Amino acid sequence: MGWLNVGTKAAGEKAVANYDEDSLTMGVAAAMDCIRGIDRENVEGLNFATTTSPFIERPAAVMTATALDLKPDIRTADFGNSIRSGVGALLSAVDTIKARSAKSILVCASDSRVGKAGSTHEQSCGDGAAALLIGEGDVVATLEGSHSVSYDFVDYWRTEGERYDRSWEDRWIRDVGYSKFIPEAINGLLKKYNLDVKDFAKIIYPSTYPREHVSIGKKLGAEETQIEEPIFSSVGDTGTAYPLMMLVAALEDAKPGDKILIASYGNGSDALFFQVTDNIKKINDRRGIKNHLASKKELNSYEKYASFRDVLDTEIGRRMEDIAPTHLSVLWRERRMVLGLCGSKCQRCGTPQFPSQLVCAKPGCGAIKEMESYRFSDKKGNVFTYSADNLAPSPCPPAIYGVIDFVGGGRCIFDLTDCELEDLHVGMPVEMTFRRRYRDQLRGISGYFWKATPGRG
Amino acid sequence: MAEGIKDKVAIIGMGCTKFGEQWEKGAEELMVESFVEALEDAGLEKKDISAAWFGTSYEETNVGKTAIPLALTLKLPFIPATRVENWCATGSEALRGACYAVAAGAYDVCLALGVEKLKDVGYGGLPQPETQWGTRQRLIEPNKTAPGTFAMMATRYFSQYKITPEEGKRMLATVSAKSHANGARHPKAHLRRAVTVEQIMNSPIVAWPLGLFDCCGVSDGSAAAIVVRADEAKKYRPDPVYVKSLQISASSGEELLYTDWDWTHVIATEHAAKMAYDETGIKDPRNEISMAEVHDCFSITEAVTMEDLGFSSRGKVKDDIMSGRFNLDGPQPIQPDGGLKCFGHPVGASGLRMVYEMYKQFQGKAGDRQIKDPKYGLTHNMGGIPAVNIVSTIIVGL
Repeated sequence: MGWLNVGTKAAGEKAVANYDEDSLTMGVAAAMDCIRGIDRENVEGLNFATTTSPFIERPAAVMTATALDLKPDIRTADFGNSIRSGVGALLSAVDTIKARSAKSILVCASDSRVGKAGSTHEQSCGDGAAALLIGEGDVVATLEGSHSVSYDFVDYWRTEGERYDRSWEDRWIRDVGYSKFIPEAINGLLKKYNLDVKDFAKIIYPSTYPREHVSIGKKLGAEETQIEEPIFSSVGDTGTAYPLMMLVAALEDAKPGDKILIASYGNGSDALFFQVTDNIKKINDRRGIKNHLASKKELNSYEKYASFRDVLDTEIGRRMEDIAPTHLSVLWRERRMVLGLCGSKCQRCGTPQFPSQLVCAKPGCGAIKEMESYRFSDKKGNVFTYSADNLAPSPCPPAIYGVIDFVGGGRCIFDLTDCELEDLHVGMPVEMTFRRRYRDQLRGISGYFWKATPGRG
Repeated sequence: MAEGIKDKVAIIGMGCTKFGEQWEKGAEELMVESFVEALEDAGLEKKDISAAWFGTSYEETNVGKTAIPLALTLKLPFIPATRVENWCATGSEALRGACYAVAAGAYDVCLALGVEKLKDVGYGGLPQPETQWGTRQRLIEPNKTAPGTFAMMATRYFSQYKITPEEGKRMLATVSAKSHANGARHPKAHLRRAVTVEQIMNSPIVAWPLGLFDCCGVSDGSAAAIVVRADEAKKYRPDPVYVKSLQISASSGEELLYTDWDWTHVIATEHAAKMAYDETGIKDPRNEISMAEVHDCFSITEAVTMEDLGFSSRGKVKDDIMSGRFNLDGPQPIQPDGGLKCFGHPVGASGLRMVYEMYKQFQGKAGDRQIKDPKYGLTHNMGGIPAVNIVSTIIVGL
């Protein structure tokens, strides 16, 4: 769309969500990466920040907690309405723990913002999410302090029912907001805690104006090497997830003893600083930013992007119009199975099975109601057989699905995503990913479930 | 001790409409057509029918629920009428109901009629399944179609028996080419053009590896049967056809949920066939079953069914297919009327259409598709997908 707007000349790439992803699914994916190997019993709260929640009423935090199969007696809260809300959710989590109201809180920040075709907003917005587990004890970094400034600076705004942000003049945003608030919050923090900018190994803040991003650093008196690469030209501006995603990237390279400074931008700024501990060496098995970028897939079609994001009003066909109603009472009963991918494991013969069963599926066992809950969402599997279907209606045909045999037992047919027919073979290893299954626009509800996908390393 | 059904029931009349995209005819007209043909064939009048079994599957895009559409359309005079449904095995299920009723001595003359009007749906293919799977399943059911699930069976079959995709597609194309050659000779078939193996292999992919000619079409049609007790049959006609077995088998859930099954065959077919062979007294199906109409919704289904019915050895059907064993002029003709491949699959009617072909063959009325001196005819009618299904196996003879 560069032909429309000479302003859209920046170089680089941006991360784009697939047709079956949105802020909720990305938040779940980030959370799954975050709590790899951690006992979910120990997660006592969840904060979810986004400006692009699939629902205005039906909290993403609770849906995420259900997808992660967390226990129900936890605190949850949604944060939204501003691209500063991710850091706000983080600050709130820290304060909740300090107040001894919870021992651990999972903070998810996720955004999938969309701009009108041909806009600079469209060019710069990337889709992404980050998740941090906040708690006490063996932490990899401690939050040492923060300083916030808040202004009703109406650079971007969006009212109910509108898809696209509106904005005022870029030069004004850049000169009066962006290049002022971030230094104000950071300098306020330095003064509050008697710190010098040189104390920090990494200084992180979003880049919406690349040249200003550099000059903010200079005006702070920081060296170029201290400024965290703002992933603007490899991921894009991921809205409220942006500062937290950069924090994750910084932690991937951090050494024990490093001080890290991070500031958000949006209607003011929140500045925080962390101190990295020895435990940073223990979490080297996360995908984070590096491994996700390393396993990226290219989307070479603007039309596909535009149709995935509903910028282009595509023909869905009469077959896709036949959407069954969502029976919420059934969804409630089966929420652990549907959102949490929990099946059952027979207590008599030990066979895992999905969907969850009352009567054991193993030939010869026959146990009735002797099942325990068994989580499949974090299990690996292999493709037993598959097909690519041109008849099944799909926003991105062909519809690919396969029979998945899980390591440890269990077999079920699942949709496959983030892959093409050419990528598939019998025996291919897969993992499970939480995705949007359908959008029922007639009844105003979206449905979510899990699909299989080739592992991303 | 249960006695089974062998030689207790005879078919004395059958009807079948032309199958196809019948834009000018609704389900009502199709029902009347097959009913009238069956009555004329039996030499009976409507008042002679004691009870009726009605088979239709996708009722909400078609006639609606209950047996009332049948009773209302045909103006059945307040006789017992029952609707049955078992996915694609619905037609066979209707025949089962009618046959068991006369065998039990409860009624003298029973009607089984199946109909499906699929072409009012408004798009190609079967009605969108997600409204068909019940409230629990539709929250998690993958976005799959019938071609896709059987395609998965082909993928696995090729992989397991070390057949390259090209060899596999050629094997499947041979199956469909054979059926098309037969269907071209049947005046009531939907598709009546012979096609070559090359044409089939080069046709567009529907669900990999299945292409257009590996998949049966969607069509409208109706078929009907009139049955009486075997010892009364000769009162109605000199050449009745006798029912030897009416077996069905329903999936237990093991194939879908447990990891033992290999996705290269259909367990319920083996069960239904074994029960049918035991009941009929057949020990060597490969040589004793003279002819068969099987559920060739997809070419791969027909191929593995040959193994599941015991016509071919496990993993070896390719040799039989490529050697022409199942051609009309081969030792064991399969789909002499062209099968689902050429008739399409009006779901409630197909099971009865299969019996119609066997019936006409035994009566020497199959024209230039006539098989010489058949002894036993088998119909195999399968509803569902490889992992979850209901399979009917019916054997008829003289």
